Amino acid sequence: MTDTSPLIQMSGVEKQFANGTVAVRDMSLSIQKGEFVSFLGPSGCGKSTALKMVSGLLSVSRGKISVNGHAAGEGGDRNDIGFVFQEATLMPWATVFENVYLPLKLHGMSKAGARPRVEEALAMVGLAKFAKAYPRELSGGMKMRVSIARAMATKPKLLLMDEPFAALDEMTRAKLNDDVLALWEEHKLTVIFVTHSVFESVYLSNRVVVMAARPGRVVHDIPLPGGYPRTAAYRLTAEYAEACRLVSNALEGTLDHAHLNH
Amino acid sequence: MPTSITEPGLPAAAAPTEIDPRILRENRERRMRILLPIGAITLALALWEFLVWFYQVPHYLIPAPSLIAKTLVQDWASLAQSAAFTVKLTLLSLGLAIIGGVALGMIFALSKPVEMALFPFAVILQVTPVIAIAPLILIYVSNTFVALLICAWIVAFFPILSNTVIGLRSADHNLRDMFRLYQATPWQRLRYLLIPSALPYFMAALKIAGGLALIGAVVAEFVAGTAGQNTGLASRILESSFRNEIPRMFAALFLVSLLGVVIFLITSWLSRLVLGHWHESEIKREH
Ligand SMILES: Nc1ncnc2c1ncn2[C@@H]1O[C@H](COP(=O)(O)OP(=O)(O)O)[C@@H](O)[C@H]1O
Ligand SMILES: [Mg+2]
Repeated sequence: MTDTSPLIQMSGVEKQFANGTVAVRDMSLSIQKGEFVSFLGPSGCGKSTALKMVSGLLSVSRGKISVNGHAAGEGGDRNDIGFVFQEATLMPWATVFENVYLPLKLHGMSKAGARPRVEEALAMVGLAKFAKAYPRELSGGMKMRVSIARAMATKPKLLLMDEPFAALDEMTRAKLNDDVLALWEEHKLTVIFVTHSVFESVYLSNRVVVMAARPGRVVHDIPLPGGYPRTAAYRLTAEYAEACRLVSNALEGTLDHAHLNH
Repeated sequence: MPTSITEPGLPAAAAPTEIDPRILRENRERRMRILLPIGAITLALALWEFLVWFYQVPHYLIPAPSLIAKTLVQDWASLAQSAAFTVKLTLLSLGLAIIGGVALGMIFALSKPVEMALFPFAVILQVTPVIAIAPLILIYVSNTFVALLICAWIVAFFPILSNTVIGLRSADHNLRDMFRLYQATPWQRLRYLLIPSALPYFMAALKIAGGLALIGAVVAEFVAGTAGQNTGLASRILESSFRNEIPRMFAALFLVSLLGVVIFLITSWLSRLVLGHWHESEIKREH
């Protein structure tokens, strides 16, 4: 495969659940290696569904998704994908170390063999000292960091994040946004980041895919290449304000539409 | 911006002063947990003793605790043998209930059709009072011990089965997805996800089943009567009742209760051992 072919190719993807709900309709998108793409939209517009289809956790009803040259969820090396859910989704009975070790354990790596990898992943998110703690001893932000460390433990090329910071307070969220940007830049990741926050999507991504509900579909695809490496200062620039206004308007259009459909 | 290291809620951050007041409070609480029930029971026994003495209640109506204790010592040989029989019956039925309940629970959790087909039988076994089935079982099964074992097993089995099924199904959906994403084998999923998720449910069932196994063992023996070679504590109670030996009845009753309490303490301790470090039900909260 050449470097110019997209990492993810979605063509005419549709998802209809058994109860008849069309969660995603006719979604076509190609995502290049190294992109930071946000899926932005009101709740119920199929963002999670789209993300799960890319990861192979959900099947597609129609159309095709290929990831790294394979059909989503098939073939290839699943080490290539890391997934971060909205909740930290940690095993409460296991220590932070054991939680981050999980993906490696499932792939048959011994604990001793995995230790450097796990410790490295924990260091990435600033939790090196908390390897022995249990999830219940951690704050919401720290739990989310563990979840990110777990996703990073397999050194994935593609990181899928489903509203990972929606439940966190503003300050923790800003800090974690910066951390994710740093990981993305340092590890040359491709990230799909699901959010319903305009500001978050604009701050993080170099491309915002705006989705609308009923049925879930893509209505805008807005490139936002500027300003990298972005830091807190970027939030004060005119470029950021302009991008927020642009994306906000695009999103508002989808809400009006949803309203009329009622 | 606070770094993660300085966020609150650290597990090992308490500075070592001379004597940590937290430890003092914890010690006091632990002492109270033991002393308080012992004190209350002692007080109740003293009151009992006093009332029996004060009103001169004849011992064939209500014996004083001291007389019960004396009887316990005097009849220790026969009572201890009966207690051993009941212990054996209870533990064996509990063990078989755990094996059967967990095995069937796993099959149910794996296969919905099997569960739908077999669950009614389990329910019928559960809702039919064991005292009503016991005579039949005693007729069909010639070995009395085995018959008693079956009765006690029926009673203890159901909570283990139903909680194991619920527990194995209770695993977090996102965690299930996580295991699928990393292509866990069915065995890995069972070992690392389903079983730990089911443990709190299983431990709750174990606490209930332990008590139920004892109840089943005693009830079944009552139905079986004193005849034959079976000599559990229930038989001692029946026998004493026929002979109007009320103090001995109380002594046997005391042993049954003691057995129940010991089973409760052991299962509670096991539960704390297994879940104490992570599950909400067993975590001590600070106030
Ligand atoms: N497993 C499912 N079965 C049936 N309908 C579902 C299921 N999952 C999601 N949906 C429906 O699909 C639509 C899109 O859901 P989702 O992808 O979760 O939206 P979002 O993540 O954007 O909030 C919603 O209407 C939701 O109710
Ligand atoms: Mg969602």
